[in-house]
Amino acid sequence: MGNEGKQQFKWVGTRPVRPDGVDKVTGQANYGADFTLPGMLAGRVLRSPHAHARIKSIDASRALALPGVRAVITAADFPELPSEVVAGGESPVNYRHISENVIARHKALYEGQSVAAVAAISASIAEAALALITVDYEVLPHVIDVRAAMRPDAPILHEDMITSGVEPKPTKASNIAARTEFNMGDVEQGFKDSDVVIEREYTTQPVHQGYIEPHAAIASMAADGMTTIWCSSQGQFMIREFCAKLLHLEDAQLRVIPAEIGGGFGGKTTVYLEPLAVALSRKTGKPVKLVMSRDEVFRASGPTSGAHMTVKIGAKRDGTLVAGSLELAYQAGAFPGSPAVPGCMTAFAPYDMANAKAVGYDVVSNRAKCAAYRAPGAPISSFAVESALDELAIELGMDPLALRLKNAAKEGTRALYGPKFPIIGFVETLEAAKAHPHYSAPLKANQGRGVASGFWFNIGGQSTAAIHINEDGTAEVVTGSPDIGGSRASMAMMAAEVLGIDLAKVKPLVGDTASIGYTFLTGGSRVTFATGKAVCEAANDIVEQLRARAAKLWKCGIEDVIWKDGVAYPAQGQTDARTQLSLAEIAASAARTGGPITGKAALNVGGAGAAFGTHICDVEVDPETGRTSVVRYTVVQDVGRAIHPSYVEGQMQGGAVQGIGWALNEEYVYSEQGQMQNAGFLDYRMPVASDLPMIDTVIVEVPNPTHPFGVRGVGEVPIVPPLAAVANAVARASGVRVNDLPISPPRLLSALQKAKA
Amino acid sequence: MATVILQPAFARRYTDGVITLEVDAADYQTLIDTLDERYPGFAEGVAIRTAVAIDGQIYQDPLLEPIGPTSEVFFLPLLEGG
Repeated sequence: MGNEGKQQFKWVGTRPVRPDGVDKVTGQANYGADFTLPGMLAGRVLRSPHAHARIKSIDASRALALPGVRAVITAADFPELPSEVVAGGESPVNYRHISENVIARHKALYEGQSVAAVAAISASIAEAALALITVDYEVLPHVIDVRAAMRPDAPILHEDMITSGVEPKPTKASNIAARTEFNMGDVEQGFKDSDVVIEREYTTQPVHQGYIEPHAAIASMAADGMTTIWCSSQGQFMIREFCAKLLHLEDAQLRVIPAEIGGGFGGKTTVYLEPLAVALSRKTGKPVKLVMSRDEVFRASGPTSGAHMTVKIGAKRDGTLVAGSLELAYQAGAFPGSPAVPGCMTAFAPYDMANAKAVGYDVVSNRAKCAAYRAPGAPISSFAVESALDELAIELGMDPLALRLKNAAKEGTRALYGPKFPIIGFVETLEAAKAHPHYSAPLKANQGRGVASGFWFNIGGQSTAAIHINEDGTAEVVTGSPDIGGSRASMAMMAAEVLGIDLAKVKPLVGDTASIGYTFLTGGSRVTFATGKAVCEAANDIVEQLRARAAKLWKCGIEDVIWKDGVAYPAQGQTDARTQLSLAEIAASAARTGGPITGKAALNVGGAGAAFGTHICDVEVDPETGRTSVVRYTVVQDVGRAIHPSYVEGQMQGGAVQGIGWALNEEYVYSEQGQMQNAGFLDYRMPVASDLPMIDTVIVEVPNPTHPFGVRGVGEVPIVPPLAAVANAVARASGVRVNDLPISPPRLLSALQKAKA
Repeated sequence: MATVILQPAFARRYTDGVITLEVDAADYQTLIDTLDERYPGFAEGVAIRTAVAIDGQIYQDPLLEPIGPTSEVFFLPLLEGG
């Protein structure tokens, strides 16, 4: 819906069999840990048992004396980098922080932080060697909770960290890395002009991305310093860049070969094991393989931030939103870099509100450094705003979708972060949700229905694509974008559409850093949009070459040749041209017409289309146990154009499920010593198929005019609304509103009992 | 003249608190050069991977993106994603 009279395509919008399916279901796909090289050593990582400790010394002599041990590395094997924020990776980065997160230098800042690594001829020897490394720690006071970390008397993690964004500049170190503020209009006057004001506090817990495949890397450095890395990540070029910077190598010394990836969700947009594997290989002259256990994944990678938030929203009696303010304190983990800024930018974005303000704090504490997680920062702040809106709707006696529709952002609405929106499809998602049978279906006892909306920018960025026409007329489509959500299928489909040939003739591949041009990592819902645009341009390049080859064969000008449905035809009126030529025929004569046919495009793509979603959630609450069951769930989302609708629906369903887990169950449990107590899927409870109903999906298509097929990007929006959709449903089912996630059975039961008392 | 609108914190640091600026520039780089002449240090302030929105379209690494006489320009934190 939303695209009446839409253009019909041959491949775009269809549901062909996925190109990676056979390899995955037959076990042939090679993930990060599946590679083996001759003479390969097994690596293991020694991790800090303390949440905060000064490393006084590390003695590896006993480990090195163990037969079979080939090397031990510590931070001393890495250059000590300056602490400065520079351009790099996905956002400005401090390579010193990345380096110290990979291997602790002077202090261990969280339990699970790497302090040393071993390479040995077997995994059991490497494991035994870890126990022989003596680390002399001075245990320091630690802080886990974000508000506790912000207190003036909190243990300080970084003695040189002065809060940025505050005038005048503070003189004392603090755990608050940065303060950011966005303003629009006059918020205080807006609240004075409001008839109804809702003000609430909310908290969320850090949650892990929960990818099934643990981090894994193999590195092999040759005697001349040339190094190959095999690993699964969301960006082989990001791995190359970070390893080069952390080890003082040149990009050209490193070749990163992307493995199949078993989930990333943002959590594989940085390095953990790769620099360690390179350093161990450099020291031993052998290939070294490192694989995290699930326990290590939980203790040392991800998660996203937990947060404390206050929200205030003012409205007129007729439901017109007048003012909104938001204060966010996001946990960054041990090093700065929480997504507090996008949290500030996204929460009010769905609404046309003249007066708004958002203040964000990026706060460090003694837990694993947070990593990106689908729409970083947005689900957290949206939970607060969308929950407060639900209370506002109740206070005003309005239908919650009607309240959102009355205030929905449209083309030309100014967002709090500045610009006016171009063409967007938020209203269409609200109307589709309101018209969906789910929204009017009757509810049973102890059941409630919640709705919530969400926004994500989506991004563009740099991408390279190459298309090679084989001698028989088949085509290889090579990009630099790891496929974490079906991008190989969509690349092949867009190429087939532009070339006008059978999809079965198009083979999509993900190239390594030495075989395709620079491509920014897979994240920000950018690949089908930005890399897809590069593929379309590369395919157009091929079409022009094919027309030129046909013109040579026909001894006419290229303007006398048209390309249609994979075939060259004489242009109208060109009766002297003898016949038609298929792509296969032109390919077969490539040697005579100029040699191999290869098209390429290297772009820095702007103009990503912002996307919105609206979710409807029905829950049933057991008043005796506090258990919440999701009984029906519908995701409505503007995707611009669904290239492969099944993958798009999968993204929508997956985002919803991860958001439901965030809302109901997931949290890190720490001991008094700051050690994680639930580092495994049995105790860290993510939803599984048996916990949930089938997630229904409604694809809304309001095409993005900056993409050849209208793509907006789909992977991140669907995780934004579920937290509030679930919480609003629980509140309406139970009569009790819980503003602290997760709404686990003990927490809800306690709230129910308190309400009854 | 294109209108450049800054977030208050950025304006406090680089433009003496002036939030709205009028600039005659045909492309992004000319706009930056012009503002840097007017407010020395401005270019450095936006240099570390700042995204820009020109008439609502967001660009991550702009250089010669065209700017019209009625364009609205905003500087944004570089957008990331998962």
